[in-house]
Amino acid sequence: MKSEPVIMNDSAPAAARSRRVFRFFGEIGLTLSIVLIFAVGVLLLAGAPPFSAFYHLFKGSLGSGSKLGHVLNTWVPLTLCACGLLYTFRIGLWNIGVEGQVMVGAVFTTLILRTGMGQPFPNAFIGLALLAGGIGGGIWALATGYLKTRGGVNEIFAGLGMNFVAQGLILWLIFGPWKRPGVASMSGTELFPRELWLPTAGFLRLSPVGFTLTLFAVAVTAVLLRYARIGLNLRAIGGNPRAAYLFGLQPGRYMLLAMIFAGGFAGLAGGLQVSGIYHRLIPAISSNYGYLALLVVMLANYNVWAVPAVAFFFACLNVGSIQLPMVLQVDSSLAGVIQGTLVLAVLAVHGWRARSRKAGSS
Amino acid sequence: MQNIDLIILLAGVVAGAAPIVMATLGETITEKAGIINLSLDGTILLSAMAAFAVSFDTGSLLLGFAAAGCVGALVAFTVGVFSIYLGQSQIAVGFVLTLMCRDLAYFLGNSYARLHGPQVEPAPIPLLRDIPVVGPIFFSHNLPVYGSLVLIGLAWWYLYRTPMGLRLRAVGEHPRAAYARGIHPRRIQMIYVLVGGLFVGIAGAVFSLSAKPGWGRPQGAEGTGWIALALVIFGGWHPVRAALGAYLFAFLQMMGIYLQGWFPSIPAQVFQVAPFPLMIFTLVLMYLSRKENFLLRAENRPRLKSILKILSGSAPTALGKPFRPE
Repeated sequence: MKSEPVIMNDSAPAAARSRRVFRFFGEIGLTLSIVLIFAVGVLLLAGAPPFSAFYHLFKGSLGSGSKLGHVLNTWVPLTLCACGLLYTFRIGLWNIGVEGQVMVGAVFTTLILRTGMGQPFPNAFIGLALLAGGIGGGIWALATGYLKTRGGVNEIFAGLGMNFVAQGLILWLIFGPWKRPGVASMSGTELFPRELWLPTAGFLRLSPVGFTLTLFAVAVTAVLLRYARIGLNLRAIGGNPRAAYLFGLQPGRYMLLAMIFAGGFAGLAGGLQVSGIYHRLIPAISSNYGYLALLVVMLANYNVWAVPAVAFFFACLNVGSIQLPMVLQVDSSLAGVIQGTLVLAVLAVHGWRARSRKAGSS
Repeated sequence: MQNIDLIILLAGVVAGAAPIVMATLGETITEKAGIINLSLDGTILLSAMAAFAVSFDTGSLLLGFAAAGCVGALVAFTVGVFSIYLGQSQIAVGFVLTLMCRDLAYFLGNSYARLHGPQVEPAPIPLLRDIPVVGPIFFSHNLPVYGSLVLIGLAWWYLYRTPMGLRLRAVGEHPRAAYARGIHPRRIQMIYVLVGGLFVGIAGAVFSLSAKPGWGRPQGAEGTGWIALALVIFGGWHPVRAALGAYLFAFLQMMGIYLQGWFPSIPAQVFQVAPFPLMIFTLVLMYLSRKENFLLRAENRPRLKSILKILSGSAPTALGKPFRPE
């Protein structure tokens, strides 16, 4: 599963190398054909014309500047969550709780922005709010981490439970203490005043702050995981916790550290959704980006440099599918179907390759 | 304040828990053989959609249930092939399938949303329904609900009282030893992955044709799969205890409805969340019940000790670890 750098041996015959290149592109071709055949089949089953569906997916995501801005606004939280998940995957944790960590980050950001209403220095409050978002997500992740290390609860179930609790918390806040003056509704809390909105720039309507923070997160993650000792230690524990323990590493402590990173990035993503996109707290503030980020990381094969590209592709699918109900009368969940098929096809090709390699060697 | 009619409440629990019981039992069987099928939440939705669509188009409830069972088994088959034969992570495949099946259900079921379709008719059992208290609680439902009740006993009997059940458990506990005794672990695992998936699929049909009739986005069955997965652990991988957990969960959900009547200012979603922290708390207690120094502390506290005793249970030893023949 882990990507190992392919050692290019200069003495290897050119024929072997070209065979490897041939197989590499063969695998990509196979993967894409599986996805294409499945997607066409599903579209025909739903009675939609496949070609025009793909055309609208493309036009709806990259067809204009504002669409591209929308894609990048989706790319930001997706990439942030995926970066955080790289830490937890590296140590062998399945942080499904990332969804709840986004939500609690959003709650913390909302809390700070609410206190900042009508106060001087709105920009200071925005900065503080984003920081609070990261802290909120980190705290929520830490709770799941403690349940894992101290309570012996599998992180998948602890994380899922915490997701449902976070969703309950948001609904309670929207319908209870933070309800809009007048009537509380599913449309969320009241809008923040304009000076508390994260500034956006250019025709893309993209927030430079969010975009820069995301690029920074990718760079930090790459450095920490690939070149710093923490990345090595996380991988050592993920590979063999017992041996790492004998080596003097404490798996529990590193698990909590990985969870804090994951929750911090996810919480920041939630904070950016509140301050930059919706300008209020809404029930669906996380938009399933946490769950989707898990797929992004899997498809990127746990490689930090591949994450931004895969996240961009997924964001295109998500944004492109929004207009499908209007133009083709089909549900927008087509994006999720394609994304899932893609990951499954990659896993299948991986498994097939491992199998044939084993059969060849023995 | 409204009064609680206990008999009506319990009858509602038995009916409402029926699909959860079926999904939990299916997953228990699969996990007893050593495979985790994490795709439950998506599988239930996809099979619920398939059941509604098929019985809407054909007018036959039986075909709807059959279609749902096939869908459940098909998704489980995917999990089985990827994890048993292709050596991929069961968690990864299951999780991807969870998301994908849910989206597939919404996509394919779009044209069936908010339609009025066929439903399972109530079929109270004559004579038995007239028994006071027990009659209305257990014998005044429809066929799927009776099916869920029968399935609890059947699953227990099969797992613990038949040679096939012994083989199933042997593969989940120690596949290598089972292999040495002439059992094919991979074949056995595949069979019970399919059987488990079949029950999960039927659970989906029970949702869309009986418990929460109809199809839509959301259908109302969202989240049930995750609950069933947690209930398997809660039940300590024992079918009867897992089923009791399902009834406890359904009871808590029903109580949520009453509580909402008493506290109208708090939204319903908050009460629906309530069972989850309880589930986590139980899992912590289950873990502590295996810790020696915690057991020592509980020694002179009889109530704590008995709680821990009830909660003790352990996973099949080879759960999640694929068997590779040499």
